[in-house]
Amino acid sequence: MDITGTHFNYYMVCHRKLWLFANNIQMEHSSDLVFEGKLIHETSYQQRSATYEEVAIDGIKVDYFDTKNKVIHEIKKSSKLLDSHAWQVKYYIYVMELNGMEGVTGVLEYPKERKTEEVFLSMPDRERIKELLVEIDKVIHSDKCPGVIHKPKCKKCSYYDFCYSAESEG
Amino acid sequence: MKKTYYLFNPGRLSRKDNTLKFTPVDEEGNELKPRYLPVEHVDQLYVLGSLDANSALYNFLGKNDIAVHFYDYYENYTGSFAPKCKLLSGKMLIAQTQSYLKKSKRLEIAQSFIEGASFNMLKNLKYYDNRGKDLMPVIDSIELLRKKLHSTMDVNELMGIEGNIRKNYYDAFNLIINDHEMGIRTKQPPLNIVNSLLSFGNMMCYSECLRAIQKTQLEPTISFLHEPGERRFSLALDLAEVFKPFLVDRVIFKVLNKKEIQVHDFEEKLNRIVLKEKGKKKFIQAFEKRLEETIKHRSLKRNVSYKHLIKLECYKLQKHLLGMDLYKPFKIYW
Repeated sequence: MDITGTHFNYYMVCHRKLWLFANNIQMEHSSDLVFEGKLIHETSYQQRSATYEEVAIDGIKVDYFDTKNKVIHEIKKSSKLLDSHAWQVKYYIYVMELNGMEGVTGVLEYPKERKTEEVFLSMPDRERIKELLVEIDKVIHSDKCPGVIHKPKCKKCSYYDFCYSAESEG
Repeated sequence: MKKTYYLFNPGRLSRKDNTLKFTPVDEEGNELKPRYLPVEHVDQLYVLGSLDANSALYNFLGKNDIAVHFYDYYENYTGSFAPKCKLLSGKMLIAQTQSYLKKSKRLEIAQSFIEGASFNMLKNLKYYDNRGKDLMPVIDSIELLRKKLHSTMDVNELMGIEGNIRKNYYDAFNLIINDHEMGIRTKQPPLNIVNSLLSFGNMMCYSECLRAIQKTQLEPTISFLHEPGERRFSLALDLAEVFKPFLVDRVIFKVLNKKEIQVHDFEEKLNRIVLKEKGKKKFIQAFEKRLEETIKHRSLKRNVSYKHLIKLECYKLQKHLLGMDLYKPFKIYW
């Protein structure tokens, strides 16, 4: 199975989310949060599409690739999970390098917060990504779904109702 | 929140720009003033009258994930237009099939459905017992029957006990409902008002459960309590057991005892008693209102509607089938 940027991102966020997603147990996208994210994506930087390309290779899909300056742009709603977003972009750079593209960098864009973050791939990052790919593969192919992580971020996750629905007696 | 829309009047439904336009027609076929339905508020459409539509409309409905369910002249469900199913999981399907095939696993789930169903029936009885109806004898006999649920050896035996519980429960309807007799349960065709309402209400509950199932990766034809294929989507029948007592029965008690629906809302047709259109509208209104009522959910720690409870039940079942959690049926706790 190709490991996508989403797999990479989810591995950072929650192993259970990764397992469910990879096994096609996805949630119906009816939540306002998901809709908001989609809207931000569609309405921000509209003038860009003419000069930027959407690139898809080896299972990854980069929203905006500035071919001239070799910069990957990734748009997100909130910078709360910055670390996992950065790893997602690092992974994109990594895959592009494997496909023979040198000198690629990335930018994380948070239009709602009017904030951007630059992302670079370092030598230790490359080693870490190789390790992570093995770990991700292990989680995805495990027979058992990882447990609930019980973190504050669970409340905003689309799997919240799935993970937390239960009958408590008494 | 997205809503279910019911189309009783004959007419034409069409796409108008990026929204829905319904043009009713009168008996002579003349077009009346059109109504616009905001597409982003529509969850699904129930077609109870005759509907004229073209493929452009269905493409548009499909893109917006809106299902259309059709019912014939006698309110029997005849079929659906279902938007492209995006939620498929091989892993889920295999887990569900395996749980069906293993006798002990299937029985365990089936027992849970009846446990929840009978618990919720008892809640209804106790509610009316507190309001001056003497239901203690019925409650006692159902409690006694419930004790046997978990020692049943197979689904047939379980269904036998379920039948006895239900008989006791329906007998109590004669005490709960003020001016109408239920007599014995008659379906196909329902022979009196209470039976007619029960059939109509159960059908509504069944459709609602099916819709919830279709929003998950569960396969609606593989069921545990009912035999798969007993009716088209028998998993919806399984789930409906848990929800019928407080979604359907309570609404029936209310509309009859408060005289919101009366004898003149029904008509006799070919040896069956059916709701007139006006009566159907009244019942559906009461039912939809019930679905939108909310409770504070104990494990989610936020308010959820009764309608959403059905979807949560699907999640719990999924988790059970995938071996993450034990399925416990929803029981009314207020």
